[in-house]
Amino acid sequence: MTKFCSERIAKYAFEYAYLNNRKTVTAVHKANIMKLADGLFLESCRQVATKYPSIKYNEIIVDNCCMQLVSKPEQFNVMVTPNLYGNLVANTAAGIAGGTGVMPGGNVGADHAVFEQGASAGNVGNEKLLEQKKANPVALLLSSAMMLRHLQFPSFADRLETAVKRVISDGKYMTKDLGGASTTQEVVDAVIATLH
Amino acid sequence: MASSCIHLLKRTLRTPYLPSNPTIPATRFFSSASSTPIRATLFPGDGIGPEIAESVKKIFKAADVPIEWEEHYVGTEVDPRTRSFLTWESLESVRQNRVGLKGPMATPIGKGHRSLNLTLRKELNLYANVRPCYSLPGYKTRYDNVNLITIRENTEGEYSGLEHQVVRGVVESLKVITRQASLRVAEYAFHYAKVHGRERVSAIHKANIMQKTDGLFLKCCREVAEKYPEITYEEVVIDNCCMMLVKNPALFDVLVMPNLYGDIISDLCAGLVGGLGLTPSCNIGEGGIALAEAVHGSAPDIAGKNLANPTALLLSGVSMLRHLDLHDKADKIQNAILTTIAEGKYRTADLGGKAKTTEFTNAIIDHL
Repeated sequence: MTKFCSERIAKYAFEYAYLNNRKTVTAVHKANIMKLADGLFLESCRQVATKYPSIKYNEIIVDNCCMQLVSKPEQFNVMVTPNLYGNLVANTAAGIAGGTGVMPGGNVGADHAVFEQGASAGNVGNEKLLEQKKANPVALLLSSAMMLRHLQFPSFADRLETAVKRVISDGKYMTKDLGGASTTQEVVDAVIATLH
Repeated sequence: MASSCIHLLKRTLRTPYLPSNPTIPATRFFSSASSTPIRATLFPGDGIGPEIAESVKKIFKAADVPIEWEEHYVGTEVDPRTRSFLTWESLESVRQNRVGLKGPMATPIGKGHRSLNLTLRKELNLYANVRPCYSLPGYKTRYDNVNLITIRENTEGEYSGLEHQVVRGVVESLKVITRQASLRVAEYAFHYAKVHGRERVSAIHKANIMQKTDGLFLKCCREVAEKYPEITYEEVVIDNCCMMLVKNPALFDVLVMPNLYGDIISDLCAGLVGGLGLTPSCNIGEGGIALAEAVHGSAPDIAGKNLANPTALLLSGVSMLRHLDLHDKADKIQNAILTTIAEGKYRTADLGGKAKTTEFTNAIIDHL
């Protein structure tokens, strides 16, 4: 755990919160046990928090965090975590939000950014899904919207996201993991139709 | 009778623990006939601890449980023999009685002493933390079909406490996994599964990334799995496990994990059924020692007001009874608790009701 990386991720988290009108940033840690390592992470987060007085900052221990996520997920807004906890928290949150099929994600670096499906668990390459062409495209579509936002095309990003959300809320064209029976192509056609 | 029991106990404690031996069942050393009461250590703890411990004692007495409680309290001074507020006598009592029940203990802030939980864990060599998580009928959460046990290795892993600063701004933390500890917890997990009729044991890991540490853990689990061919064994990556738990917790039966994942997953599962106020927990130590405990906090703000929910401590007491093979008593008390909560007439404030601790306790006694 280094100060450089902790500061970097904390800065990204607060900047993201600031640009996307998010009110709270929560740091997830286990500093009561890993006093030096997670202590360093927390210190970095606290330092960055002072530069964003309009954003609320709080800290939560990772086991309490998971417990709160399954009972009251609405209390969380932006969460910044070190590597391992982030993996667990992201997958737990994805499961609560609907699964691997709907959660978008992105990997951001100093010079490049790669956007992909957010949750890393489970059915990423299921042969049967591939044959039947029933994979859920929502996650990747929303990830592309994130990419558009990153490239600073917010209006296109908004249009795409709204279209996808409308298709899901209409409920007519949904893949199996969301409880429907449509194929990938049908969902995509529905999104395109909504865009026009 | 009692003296020959103590003699047998002393002999066992001197024998080195062999990983190939499953935990010695308690009935070999305790008379299962209700004639001789079994001595058990009770740590009521702080805050709401004494009130809920009272509930436990009342209910156990009403159910004719053959247990004689030996109460010990956290001291007000640091005992130099244990370097903490727990006295040597308290620890000896648990070592001799081999079973105990512990309420919530707040570690006093300050330096010069070890945390209470750490003291217990190190002195009694408590290597496995077992939490049965099942949905309480009548107490609705988003998940109705939870019925799983989490078994967490409690002595090493990421919580070995080995950290150092390399240079300013760079810190290293060591994760230590040993064959001995992994075999020990895997043995307990499979033994538990067999004794309680569970069908599947899942080892949770991240061996795709941490190939040597979690890889060793998995190797040990596989070795033990071969000795129990009737139990299905599977391995699940931790992130997959988290996702599956929040989508469909019925997929899991018994989970065995190293320290960090165990910490997170066992609290996650507690959240699935309603939180730490309802979750029982049991710590297993070398030589078959079992210390059941309520894992919630001491809640100093409601202490002494007859508002506390004794369910967690009660269910932990039930776990303790099961460890002692007093299954019929355990079932009787558990059913009484579940029926009282399901009925909904007497529920404490944290469950959304208005009953006092004593009213809730009496309702359970009525249901016995």
